[in-house]
Amino acid sequence: MKSEKELEEIFEKKLANNEFIEPKDWMPEKYRHHLIRQISQHAHSEVVGMLPEGNWITRAPSLRAKLVLLAKVQDEGGHGLYLYSAAETLGISRDEMIEALHAGKAKYSSIFNYPTLTWADIGAIGWLVDGAAIMNQVMLQRTSYGPYSRAMIRICKEESFHQRQGYEIMMRLALGTPEQKQMAQDALNRWWYPTLMMFGPPDDQSPNTADAVKWRIKRETNDQLRQKFVNQTVPQAEFIGLKVPDPNLKWNEAKKGYDFTPPDWNEFWRVIKGDGPCNKERLAARIKAHEEGKWVREAAAAYAQKHNKEMLVS
Amino acid sequence: MINTKDNQGMLWEVFLQKKSGQPFIHAGSIHAFDKEMALQNARDTYTRRGEATVIWVVPSHTIVSSTPEDVGPFFDPANDKIYRHPTFYNIPDAIKNM
Ligand SMILES: [Fe+2]
Ligand SMILES: [Fe+2]
Repeated sequence: MKSEKELEEIFEKKLANNEFIEPKDWMPEKYRHHLIRQISQHAHSEVVGMLPEGNWITRAPSLRAKLVLLAKVQDEGGHGLYLYSAAETLGISRDEMIEALHAGKAKYSSIFNYPTLTWADIGAIGWLVDGAAIMNQVMLQRTSYGPYSRAMIRICKEESFHQRQGYEIMMRLALGTPEQKQMAQDALNRWWYPTLMMFGPPDDQSPNTADAVKWRIKRETNDQLRQKFVNQTVPQAEFIGLKVPDPNLKWNEAKKGYDFTPPDWNEFWRVIKGDGPCNKERLAARIKAHEEGKWVREAAAAYAQKHNKEMLVS
Repeated sequence: MINTKDNQGMLWEVFLQKKSGQPFIHAGSIHAFDKEMALQNARDTYTRRGEATVIWVVPSHTIVSSTPEDVGPFFDPANDKIYRHPTFYNIPDAIKNM
């Protein structure tokens, strides 16, 4: 039997060698808890993230748009399932995670507490929100925890269509009638700052960043990813004649990146704490869906019990 | 009480074979209440883009695994048998096709 100190050394050495940590490996409790929090939040974000877009499925402007949006929203549900499974390998049950979400104890990305007012918002979400998510997830493909990394690789393969379909919607509106272009601009205006907030608070105010980087859970900090996102997105907006709603946005040749106005962090903390435009609505919708599916789960469990004793849930 | 913990069924591991002739590869896990539902959930969750032509689902609790702490002693019998590798043998360069 190895001592805790020896086990910790093995763990540290694996991280230093860029090796992955797997479910049965010894890991510090703090690492386990950090991962449970991060992966379950990520899973909740995928699932709650279906709601703002789901809002437009029945009103999509064409059959093609409807098919695409359905497929995209279904993917997000799948992403939630991959991530719940990855979190379960750390010893938390699905039930506990869902309960924490419904009790308001677990967080999800604050971006999904903003409303989708027009069809252009569906374009803005795919382009900006999925774009920001991809940036984060590409980094997480190399995260130190094996099951999380594998889930991310699978997710990243599916995400690129999400961003492209969103940009296509924006492009068609931006090149359409003046009213359509205005609708696209309005969506960009409303989604720009909430999207920048998706990367999390500035590094000096982010309580978890240091640990996450030390354990190689994250490979880049919130501010680094945010800068990368701005650099990548501004030319995409310019290409379709839309204006990023930031008067101070300026290319900085010295840093080879844009200078930009940071988001209003007070708003960020307010929305995180539950005071965003749609927090209550989102949670209520999740709880309602779960409650309404209860009889199905009970019937399935009763069926399994009757037909297959060894298949029983313990 | 049918299901004290509302865990959406028991846990299953999913293995996919992309084409016949290829090995089955672990894709992830799902929850389901029976075999049929496990297959359907695995299909909906892991094969939305032609990732498989055959799916295996296995109740997670039936998988037997070695433990990572034993990695040394457990695999030891193979480690010192370098004569199992072709490079252990010296064959003159003049000999072809070997
Ligand atoms: Fe996703
Ligand atoms: Fe997505």
